Amino acid sequence: MLELNAQTIVFFIFSLLTLGGALGVVTNRNLIHGAIYLIISLFGGAGLFVLLSAPFFAAVQVLVYIGAIAILIIFAVMLTRSMTQLREVFNRQWWASALVGLLLFGLMLVGVILPVWGTGGSNADSPVSELTATTQDLGVALVDGNQYVLPFEVASLLLTAAMIGAIVIAREDD
Amino acid sequence: MEAQCINIIETMASCLVRGGTDPGLAQFLSIALGVLVVTLLPLILVIIFIWLERKIAARVQDRIGPNRVGPFGLLQNVADAVKLIIKEDITPAGADRLIYNAAPVIAILSVILVWGVIPYSPIHIGADLGIGVVYVVAVGSVGTLAIMMAGWSSNNKYALLGAFRVVAALVSYEVPMILALLVPLMIAGTMSMQGIVEAQQGMWFIVSAPIAALVFYISNLAETGRAPFDLIEAESELVAGYNIEYSGMKFGLFMASEFLHSFTANLLFAVIFLGGWSGPFVQQVPALGFVWLMAKTAVPYLFTLILRATIPRVRIDQMMAFNWKFLVPVALVNVLLVALILKVVQELGLSPSPENATDFVANVPQALILLVANLIMGVIVLNMLRNQGRRERMADQARMLRTVEQDKQIVPSAAR
Repeated sequence: MLELNAQTIVFFIFSLLTLGGALGVVTNRNLIHGAIYLIISLFGGAGLFVLLSAPFFAAVQVLVYIGAIAILIIFAVMLTRSMTQLREVFNRQWWASALVGLLLFGLMLVGVILPVWGTGGSNADSPVSELTATTQDLGVALVDGNQYVLPFEVASLLLTAAMIGAIVIAREDD
Repeated sequence: MEAQCINIIETMASCLVRGGTDPGLAQFLSIALGVLVVTLLPLILVIIFIWLERKIAARVQDRIGPNRVGPFGLLQNVADAVKLIIKEDITPAGADRLIYNAAPVIAILSVILVWGVIPYSPIHIGADLGIGVVYVVAVGSVGTLAIMMAGWSSNNKYALLGAFRVVAALVSYEVPMILALLVPLMIAGTMSMQGIVEAQQGMWFIVSAPIAALVFYISNLAETGRAPFDLIEAESELVAGYNIEYSGMKFGLFMASEFLHSFTANLLFAVIFLGGWSGPFVQQVPALGFVWLMAKTAVPYLFTLILRATIPRVRIDQMMAFNWKFLVPVALVNVLLVALILKVVQELGLSPSPENATDFVANVPQALILLVANLIMGVIVLNMLRNQGRRERMADQARMLRTVEQDKQIVPSAAR
């Protein structure tokens, strides 16, 4: 079953960071603290990527989510200084988000955990996929005509459209 | 028993195992020693950097600089560090204690973590990650977070204002920096720091990618908060900036991280564009690589220091306009141009083959073509800048003439 080696310990530390951070985001009343917890959670996710031998995703997680998106969130929160000490709840949609969260959790349970549950580690020893992809494989897959070049280009187009939209909204009428 | 002198870390592990230590423990101890060395090296070096910076700034301003404590004032910063440590540690009322205390640690952490992937010599490197350059950029972006945390948690208007404009600038200048980094990555064909240095054995990238080197250097100046982009600590406008409420060693950590960041940025410049540890006799005496690396870093670093003492600070709007209207477009076009030319050169068979990649002559055709393309682009950009400047001056002049004419028409009628 589960053996206690260095990798398992590190996995538990990062899982704790991810889950604890996520819990802090939804329970904290101080929006800045919430953003900091979000960063801790994202950092835990980056650590899990390293454990899965996907260092590129770990670095991109830190660069994009912590270095750019979290900074943007903190920026927005700080510009509205009176929002840092909230006491009341502004909407009644908590049950909807709880439902979505439960659904996602159930989906993961059925799709990922059930197939390997209770097999006594016989199945868990073999990797889920035979492919051990490197960063080079990822790069090639994104520009290969037989693989993901179309989704990649569509995503680029979407991002460009979003950027132009942002510029149009932010632009002053003259 | 042959000497396994690969480097001190690996030698220690094998020696400990031979002495009867558990292999796992020996490996852990040797890695821990490596981490300690890589972490302590910059922390000790920073004392010398601060001394050097003060001396050079003093010379530029016709002063002598620190000269009382120790020979040439070398121990001045040790004395300063002792003073900072024994000063009273004040936390402002209304500060967010946890974030306030964590900010200086994160600030210096984001700089020191970079040293883990710097190749000091052919065999001395903390960790040769396959994604070395992305790691460097990712770790560097965490430093921005530290400034934001310090500015907000201090509960001070000036600190918050300083943090705001600095973070806006830092996030913006990351864009041209990453775009400029793409060019050496394309030429080297790898993201690992060691791989980039090895790809420069034949030809340094500053020859084949001078525009990328210049853009990288300028955006590094902004990222590290150096003149003319030193708005991060504008004492004449914001009292001090994001670190105004910090005292004692916490303030010292911010200062140390700033001085260290400047050196680290130039170290990266030397690794990525100036060939890193490569130099004569490195293959025979690997430790010599460290000397070459430091010598190469000294050139852009000293230039940065003299620049800091010489030129005035730009305004924040000028800084942002310079980034978005000049650096980013230049870096973007440069990436496209180099990608296109590199592909053409490779198809024509002019680029060095893997066998003779370290040969200087084999690298000449590709480097020469890229250099000429870069020079042509540089001339075009300078020309466009000159025309734009002339057009703006003409428009200014025309506006001034119009107002003078209007005044002439108004004044006589009023006199009548």
